[in-house]
Amino acid sequence: MGAYILRRLGAGLLVLIVGTFFLYLLVSLSGNPLANLMANPHISPATIRAARIELHLNEPLLQRYWTWVTGMVQGNFGISTQGGPVGPQVWPRMWVTLQMVIPAVILSVILGIGLGVISAVRQYSITDHISTGLAYIFFATPVFVIAILLKDFLAVKVDNAVGHTVLYTVGQNNPGTTGAWSVFVDALAHDVLPVLTLVLITYASWSRYQRASMLDVLNADYIRLARAKGLSRRRVLYVHALRNALIPVTTVIALDFAAILGGAVITEIVYGWEGMGRFLFTGLTGPVSPDVNVVMAALLIVAILVVLFNILADVLYGLLDPRIRYA
Amino acid sequence: MPEPSEITRVHSINSSAPPIPLGAAVPLSVSADVRQEVAALAAAQAGLNIEARSQFQMARARFFHHKLALFGLFTFVAILLFSTVGPLFWKYNYAQVTNTFISGPSLAHPFGTDTVGHDMFAQVMSATSTSIQTALVVAGISTVVGALIGAWAGYYGKWADSLLMRFTDLILIVPALVILLVVANTVSKTANNWFWIALILAGLFWTVLARLVRGVFLSLREREFIEAEHAIGASDARIILRHMIPNAIGSIVVNATLTVALAILVEAALSFLGLGIQPPEVSLGYLISQAEGDATVLPYLFYFPAGFLILIILAVNFIGDGLRDALDPQQRIRA
Repeated sequence: MGAYILRRLGAGLLVLIVGTFFLYLLVSLSGNPLANLMANPHISPATIRAARIELHLNEPLLQRYWTWVTGMVQGNFGISTQGGPVGPQVWPRMWVTLQMVIPAVILSVILGIGLGVISAVRQYSITDHISTGLAYIFFATPVFVIAILLKDFLAVKVDNAVGHTVLYTVGQNNPGTTGAWSVFVDALAHDVLPVLTLVLITYASWSRYQRASMLDVLNADYIRLARAKGLSRRRVLYVHALRNALIPVTTVIALDFAAILGGAVITEIVYGWEGMGRFLFTGLTGPVSPDVNVVMAALLIVAILVVLFNILADVLYGLLDPRIRYA
Repeated sequence: MPEPSEITRVHSINSSAPPIPLGAAVPLSVSADVRQEVAALAAAQAGLNIEARSQFQMARARFFHHKLALFGLFTFVAILLFSTVGPLFWKYNYAQVTNTFISGPSLAHPFGTDTVGHDMFAQVMSATSTSIQTALVVAGISTVVGALIGAWAGYYGKWADSLLMRFTDLILIVPALVILLVVANTVSKTANNWFWIALILAGLFWTVLARLVRGVFLSLREREFIEAEHAIGASDARIILRHMIPNAIGSIVVNATLTVALAILVEAALSFLGLGIQPPEVSLGYLISQAEGDATVLPYLFYFPAGFLILIILAVNFIGDGLRDALDPQQRIRA
């Protein structure tokens, strides 16, 4: 297993190197960060020349890439076209995004697996039909439609009815909050809608997978044997069936991590959060874009996470299912 | 090992000479296909005429027994007609600015008008057709490219195979939306860019099908009936076209349907972020992004495009489910 993980990490590193090379070229060639500056008649050519040199735009592309890679290896993310180094901005923003993504993943796992198991155990019951119907609807609804519905229709109505703000729709916190407990409560209140948005688009497919895999297991011979030898229904369902039915879903959950981060980008933009998603988006479309170092920092972190989660998915599969052995 | 008498009995099915004792004589271990054939043969001997049905005919019959799939097909065709034929008969053009603005749904403007004075009925029709047309182009290109490359990698293997697998690994490392943001940022600045957007989406989506087809081909390559084809001297082209593709067609068609739904969703997300289809052209994602600011006061601007978007994707997903059931050769639904 150790050798297998090392080999996968090596392959992942290789893919990251090749991937970031192409992405660097792609981002750099997608526009000229000084276009707005050059279009402004009040800015002298000397200023533009100075900016060009400061951003290393006078150097050839491959040399710029090399500078970025060597900086990266030493933990230096480079400077932003907006001024200032990128590094100190990355981690706080990553924390903001995780504040949305981690609770969303935990709740989706509970909801998806729970509903999937209930649907499978009571196949073709009312509960199963409702859960299936909802899953179809959430599966067909884009993340931004759910976000707008929750924000502009649910939250505004609830807040008006109560008379003060219960469901926060903008930002990840109130900047003036002090005291550990108040900060926590404030963050939690801001978390409600974005997390709910992410959960709704995520849990639906997981509940379908869980239902299918639970049904597969329930029809297996060893379940019939467990029932025949007189084990209680509870024991058959939760010890013999559920444990085996969780194996395929674990992999799906780990592999879906990339999709959740994609959904988080849009959710952050609708709810005005200052996380990695907005960081990437402003880096691409802001006034001084493309902000290559900013975009690359965001892409690299996401890519590393996705590679790690892919490896985790395979390792978990091997740990949970002893029939699978990695050579 | 079967008893010798049993073997002669099975062999004698094909020679019509002696009357065959059927029914209980067929051992249970024989697969359902053989049992059906035997039953058909018995029926033929009894004077009944049973027509052979092709793969397509059986799939069609199963599909038309799937209620949700039929509902999906009906809805999709209705929306398609609405968005393509509708504009020919509607009094307003999607780009036209009328004298009434910010009016709710009425007889003159069934979906209302926006803050500029665009008739939303015309805008939603145009947006729907743009979204569907983009998605169909994406599905078409990515299916053909994915199936060809996947077939090549699966059948000939070696370097083509490892190249494909490494390339798909590369595309997997970053969420598709993020790659699209980067690429679309360049393309979105060009006018009438829906075809470019479609090309970019196809450029990402073909890899899923390629992996799928590769997997099917890899497993088929080792099967006995392919070996038999090789033994009688069949060409590669014949083996691929007559044996491999018909076995993989289910996965290909279902995946193409899912690609349509995915392309509509992703294009809508790009347009919502302002990186997809650019005005004066409209797409459903763009209309929703325009409606977002005023969603609390002018909810109808949001409801109609969002409703159409959800309805199209639901319909396509239902069609996909129906096709999956219909094209699965393991299915034994009476049709």
